[in-house]
Amino acid sequence: MRFAFEKRKSVSRTAIVVVPFVSFGVSLVLTGVLLMIFGANPFTTFGAMYKGAFGSGRALTETLVKAIPLMLTGLGVALAFKLKFWNIGAEGQLTLAGVAATWVAIFWSHWLPAPLVLPVMVLVGCAAGALWAGIPALLKTSLRVDETLVTLMLNYVAILFSSYLYYGPWRDPNGYGFPGTELFPKAAWFPRIAGRAHIGLFFALAAALILWLVMNRTKWGFEIKVIGNSPKAARYQGISVERNIILAILISGALCGLAGVGEVAGISRRLQQGLSLGYGYTAIIVAWMAQLNPLAIPFVALLMGGLLVGGDQVQMVMGLPSSMGLLMQGLMLFPMLAGSLFTEYRIKRIGRNTAIESERGAA
Amino acid sequence: MEETANGAPLVEMRGIRKSFPGVQASDGIDLRLGKGEVLALLGENGAGKSTLMNILCGLYRQDAGEVYVRGVKADIRSPRDATDLGIGMVHQNFMLVDTMSVAENVVLGMPSLGMIPDMNQIKRSILELGDRYNMKVDPDAFIWQLSVGEQQRVEILKQLYRKAEILVLDEPTAVLTPQEAKELDAVVKRMQSEGKSAVFITHKMDEVMAFSDRVMVLRKGKVVIEKTTRDTNPKELARMMVGREVLFHIEKQPFEPGAVVLELRDVCAEDERGLPALRNLSFKLRAGEILGIAGVAGNGQRELSEVITGLRSVTSGGISINCVDSTNKTPLQIIMSGVSHIPQDRIAVGAVGDMSVANNLAMKDYRAAPISVGALLLPRRILEFARKMIGIFNIATPSPETRVKFLSGGNIQKTILAREIESCGSLLVAVYPSRGLDIGATEGVRKELVAQRDAGKAVLLVSEDIDELLSVADTIAVMFDGRAIGVMPAQGADPEDIGLLMAGIDPTAKEATV
Repeated sequence: MRFAFEKRKSVSRTAIVVVPFVSFGVSLVLTGVLLMIFGANPFTTFGAMYKGAFGSGRALTETLVKAIPLMLTGLGVALAFKLKFWNIGAEGQLTLAGVAATWVAIFWSHWLPAPLVLPVMVLVGCAAGALWAGIPALLKTSLRVDETLVTLMLNYVAILFSSYLYYGPWRDPNGYGFPGTELFPKAAWFPRIAGRAHIGLFFALAAALILWLVMNRTKWGFEIKVIGNSPKAARYQGISVERNIILAILISGALCGLAGVGEVAGISRRLQQGLSLGYGYTAIIVAWMAQLNPLAIPFVALLMGGLLVGGDQVQMVMGLPSSMGLLMQGLMLFPMLAGSLFTEYRIKRIGRNTAIESERGAA
Repeated sequence: MEETANGAPLVEMRGIRKSFPGVQASDGIDLRLGKGEVLALLGENGAGKSTLMNILCGLYRQDAGEVYVRGVKADIRSPRDATDLGIGMVHQNFMLVDTMSVAENVVLGMPSLGMIPDMNQIKRSILELGDRYNMKVDPDAFIWQLSVGEQQRVEILKQLYRKAEILVLDEPTAVLTPQEAKELDAVVKRMQSEGKSAVFITHKMDEVMAFSDRVMVLRKGKVVIEKTTRDTNPKELARMMVGREVLFHIEKQPFEPGAVVLELRDVCAEDERGLPALRNLSFKLRAGEILGIAGVAGNGQRELSEVITGLRSVTSGGISINCVDSTNKTPLQIIMSGVSHIPQDRIAVGAVGDMSVANNLAMKDYRAAPISVGALLLPRRILEFARKMIGIFNIATPSPETRVKFLSGGNIQKTILAREIESCGSLLVAVYPSRGLDIGATEGVRKELVAQRDAGKAVLLVSEDIDELLSVADTIAVMFDGRAIGVMPAQGADPEDIGLLMAGIDPTAKEATV
C-alpha cells in the first residue's frame, strides 16, 4: 500500500484562498513551539508582536515603512516569477537604484530645478534597477545563462559597490567617520504621510493596481501569461518570447528600483549602511504568499512588515532575539510551498503497480 | 528457431492484453523469441509495439497474459526484475545522465556496485566490451560530449555490461545516420553470433529485411502476420502494416483547384542536430486543394510544417504564400498573412495546458477587435467568443474557464482546430491532426479539413495514416529522408505503392527489389 499525489480535475479555488491562511497558522504553531523551547509564553509573545506592529499609530506607521519596499519588490519579483524568470536579485536592484538616486540627490540637485529633483531621482533610480535586472535577462535570452545565479551574484556586486561609495568617495566629510553620505538637500526628500511613512506608499499601491490591470486587462499581460506558461506555445502563436521577457524583467527591475529610491529619499535621506533589511529576499516570500496576484501583495507585505516590526518589539519588551520575526517569515514559506501543492493535487491511497503506471503515464 | 536447454523458447509471451484509457494497446498478443534470434516488430505508430516491449521490460504490467523466460513463468514487476532475467531495453529517448561520465552511466543503479566502486576495473571492462563488439567509446567522456549515435552505444554497452541476453531496441535507427545504422547492424550481428537475442521495434521495411530473422507485424494491438523474414517481402509487409480497408467515406465537392497559395522552391532546412532535414523540397499547393504529405514520422514532416509557419529557418531555397515571399519571416508575420497551423505537439505547443479553454481559443484572435481594443483586452469578449466557438465546434468542456489540460485529447484538439480554423485566412497546415483521437473525433477533424478545402482554402495535411490521406486529400506526396518522392493524385492511388514509397522503395522498380 502506498500513497501518491493525484492531479485534481480542476484547480481548487478554495485551496488558493485557504492555503495562505493555513500556512500562517502552521507557522504560528511552529514558532510557538520554538518560543516554548526558549522558555517564553507563545501567547504573550505573539500578543506583544501584534501590539508592536499594529497596536499604536507609531507602530502602524513603522509597519508601513517596512511594507512599502516589500510591496514594490514583491510586485517586481511577482512579475518576473509569472514568466518563470527567477529574479532573486531584487535586493541588488533596490540597492543600485538607491545609489543612483543618491547620485542625483547629491550631485545634480544644486543645478536641477527643485521640483524636478524627485522625479529625476525616481526615473534614474528605476532605470538603474531596470539595468541591473536587464543584464541577467539579456544573458538568459541570448546565451541561456541561468538567471538565478546571475541575479543572486549581482546582489553582491551592487551591495559592495554601494559600500565602496559611502565608505569611500561619497562619504560625508563632516560625518565624524560615520559610513554614509551627507544628508540630501530638502528637495530630494520624499514627502512623508505620517511618522516615517512616505509617499512611496501611494506609488506602491498604484503600482499594484496598474500591474493587476496590465496582467489581466491588456494584450501584453495576456502574452506574458502565455510565455510564462509555455514559451514554445507562445512562439507558435507569434509572440516574441525574448523581447517580452526582456521588457517584463526591465519593469520588474524598475519596480524593485523604486523601492530603493523610496528607502534613500523617504527614510534615511542619505545613502548609508543598512539601506535594505533584506527586503529583496523577503519579497520572494511576499510574492509567493500572494500567489503572484498583484492585488494580494499589499496585504501580504503589510503582514510581513508587521512581523519585522513586531520582531523588534519582542526583542525590546520580552528580551527575545528580534530575529524571531524573520524566523516566522521563513517558517511561513515552508507550509506555503507545501500547501500550494494541494491546489492542484490531492492525496490518494494506491497499490504498488498502479503507482508505477501512474508515474509512467499512458503510452 | 533455436531453443534453450530445456526445450522452451528463450522468451514466450502468451495472450498479452493491456489497455490504456480509450485504447486497447495490446489485444491478446503471443510472441516467441528464440536463442540467437533477431525478431523485428513492425507496425505503425500506436500499433502497440512499444507497449508490448515495455511489458517485457517491467515498465508496464499486463492486464492479462503470461510471460515465460527460458521456459519458466516470469513475474516482471520492474526494470530490475527484467535485468535479473537478462532482458535489457534501449529506449528511443536515451535514459542517460548528461553530466556524468560514460563509465558512471554504465554502472549507474547496479545493486552489485557496493559503497566504493572500483572505477578503474569498471572502465577496463567497458573498454573490453567495446573491443569485443567493435564499439569505440571513451569511458571517461561525459554524455553531453557525445553524439546521438555514441550515446546509443553507451546505452547498448550498459545493457551488455549487465549481461543482457535479450536486447530490446526501440526504433534504434530513427536517430542514427546511415553510417551509424550500419555499425549498429554489425553490433547486433556480433551479439547474435554469441547466442544473444534481440527484438527490434521499427516501422521501416528495409531495416526489417536487413536486420531480422523473423518479423511480426502488429496493427491496433493485434498480430496480423508473423513470418520468417526471407519468406516475405517489403510489399507484403507494407500491406499488412497499413491495412487495406478505408474506414471513412467523406463527402467532398469536386476538385477544382484555384490559384497557387503555397509554393516551395528547393527548400533546405536542418534539424536540431544540424543534420539536413529537408533536401531541395519543391511543391505547389493551390486554393481548394488538400495536399496530403505521407511518410513515416521523422522524414522531415515536422520541419516542413515549421519552415512554412516561420518556426524554423530555411537554409536555402524559398517559400511564398499567395505569391508573396515568406522565406524566413517571423511566425507573427506568417500568421498575419493568413496561415493557420495545427502543430504536431498539441499539448506543449498547440495549447497552453494551464490556461483556460477560453484563453486558448482566443490565443490568436486576441490581437484584434472584438476581443481587444488597442492595447486593452476585454475578458468578457473572450468568454463570449469562447462560448460561440465551443458551440460551433462541439467542444466538451465543463465551462469555458476550465483549464485545457483537464480536457480529453480529442477536445484539446478540437479547441486548437476551432482556433486555427477561425483565424485561418488562406492556408491551413495540419500536422497529424487525428493522431491519438478516437473514431468520432477523427471523423470530425477530417470533415472540418474537407470543409475548409470546399470553402476555397489550401490545406497541407501531414499524416501517417494512408486511409486518412486517401479519403481526405486531393494530392498525395510521400516524404522520405527530407525529399518529396512520388507525388500523385489521391484518386486511384494504390495504398501499397504509398506504403513502399514510405519505406523509401520505388514501386515502379518493384520487380528488382522483390
